[in-house]
Amino acid sequence: MSAVADDLVRLAVVDKARGYWGSVFRRLSRDPVSVACAAVLLLIALAAILAPYLHLADPYQGSMIRRLRWIGTPGYPLGTDELGRDMVARLIYGGRLSLFLGLFPVALAFTIGTTLGVMAGYLGGFVNQAIMRTVDVFYAFPSVLLAIAISGALGAGITNSIVSLTIVFIPPIVRVSESVTTSVRSLDFVDAARASGAGPFTIMRVHVLGNVLGPIFVYSTGLISVCMILAAGLSFLGLGTKPPEPEWGLMLNTLRTAIYANPWVAALPGAMIFIVSICFNLLSDGMRSAMDVRS
Amino acid sequence: MSEAEVLAPAADVGGPQQPLLEVRSLSKHFPVRGGFIGKAGVVRAVDDVNFSVDKGEVLGIVGESGCGKSTTARLVIGLIDPDAGSIVLDGEKLGTTLSLRDLRRRVQMVFQDSYASLNPRLTVEDSIAFGPKVHGVSADEARARAHDLLRKVGLDPALFADRYPHELSGGQRQRVNIARALALSPRLVLLDEAVSALDKSVEAQVLNLLIDLKEELGLTYVFISHDLNVVRFISDRVIVMYLGEVVESGPVEALWADPRHPYTRALLAAMPSLDPDRRTQEAPITGDPPNPIDPPSGCRFHTRCPYAEAVCSLRSPTLFATGNARHAAACHMVDPASGHSKAAQSSAGELPHV
Repeated sequence: MSAVADDLVRLAVVDKARGYWGSVFRRLSRDPVSVACAAVLLLIALAAILAPYLHLADPYQGSMIRRLRWIGTPGYPLGTDELGRDMVARLIYGGRLSLFLGLFPVALAFTIGTTLGVMAGYLGGFVNQAIMRTVDVFYAFPSVLLAIAISGALGAGITNSIVSLTIVFIPPIVRVSESVTTSVRSLDFVDAARASGAGPFTIMRVHVLGNVLGPIFVYSTGLISVCMILAAGLSFLGLGTKPPEPEWGLMLNTLRTAIYANPWVAALPGAMIFIVSICFNLLSDGMRSAMDVRS
Repeated sequence: MSEAEVLAPAADVGGPQQPLLEVRSLSKHFPVRGGFIGKAGVVRAVDDVNFSVDKGEVLGIVGESGCGKSTTARLVIGLIDPDAGSIVLDGEKLGTTLSLRDLRRRVQMVFQDSYASLNPRLTVEDSIAFGPKVHGVSADEARARAHDLLRKVGLDPALFADRYPHELSGGQRQRVNIARALALSPRLVLLDEAVSALDKSVEAQVLNLLIDLKEELGLTYVFISHDLNVVRFISDRVIVMYLGEVVESGPVEALWADPRHPYTRALLAAMPSLDPDRRTQEAPITGDPPNPIDPPSGCRFHTRCPYAEAVCSLRSPTLFATGNARHAAACHMVDPASGHSKAAQSSAGELPHV
């Protein structure tokens, strides 16, 4: 090596460089609202996953003489529903399907939508036109109407609900990822990567994806609550889950008849949907600000 | 291609006499949509540009903003497709015997914005190793290569390899960009305003690094800048661009001592001097460059030229040899047959002085 090596730029040894996601997580963990929301969601999710081990009453076992007990009745802390089933067990078991129906379609739509959007944004030209104009067609329908139409056409059932919800959420995710990709694409490091001879798919994978996933992820997190509500809406309309399956949307529907007899119990599934969706929304807000740093 | 071949510099083909890079009649016109009816026009960003770069030399390209310097560099490395013209690298023409992928291994580029030209999500090491990996070098080998290059550009790999771009200073980032450009052992490096965004002291360090690397690795540079002092310091030859055209080219000393094009003279006169006797009293050039969508007829400089005559707006001058070796200017005053009233004087070597 020449004289160049001798003047190695010296620098005070600072702590080991942290990855981007590491620093996002650190900032997120300092935001009390985000931590509280994450804790609530974790509690509900864990309860739903571990429901069989929690020694709960059978959520399917009804009793004609114990119908619509009030909240606080001994032995039934949250009362019973219109068929005398224990509400605590049904709410916890209901979380399994409701959370799944909120998360899974969004996760699917996130994967498909990001792939399509990044391709549209990076490749541009004909590919962009083909993808974005197709997406525009789906945009022409209100999302609730679209979900009902697809579910109605495919028939009731959990699988079909997932398919229809996924289709509903792909277009907005494609739009967001396309616009973020377009802005990243014009940066010099993408040109530098092209100048080093890399093909478009290598550049998308190595250089584009890492820079666009953050904003798309935040946006998609915000969709989880919408998805849960839509899934509950589909169940409410009889297009999603079928009775006697415990699911918050469906429970809301069947308890509707009891709204004058026992309004507090009838409102419980709605309250669960509200708590979970607001937690997801606040968490996605927290992530947005945790990721929005230029240091 | 084996790993050793990728990391070794490409072999010389035509011998030292053959230019490393020849750019012939290169043109790029960008379509623009103007007005609400959509009346289309074109920006002649680069218009019939010819130049060559000898092996081992530094060619400076100067000109004001928007004159087509950066577009020229991006055309040479194939980041944008030319509308016309050809690029010949050591005798091999791009698109015939030379593939774009091979060209991009032998020619690399350093960009002005040191921050935007590094992926913020990749460590310094990954950014440098990316190019070799794309060309089939194993991850371990590419990593070793990255560390080696970091050492070459004066950054200790133990301290810098795992850092992210935002943890580095501007000068350090530009060193990383230089290392990245060298990762594929190019023969020609395009430096597009590579030091313009740096502090003066850092700029000097990076310039010295560039000179050391050039000697150590036998590189050839195209150095694009609007800073005339820097260009004079580092270049062997200079070409001056105005509105997408080459208006003057020549060895740096000849050009500084005897600028023939009025635009070149205006540029040199606009340079601030430390010598009180040489301070400029009035602006050597007035007005903004004309709209490149609708450039002036004839000589594109005639709207701002103090010597403009009828012939200047009628005919477009071509590069005409001044008599000095390799010194040429596209001005009617240089060509005795042009019909410009000052052509005779200037051909005798005497230029009218302002």
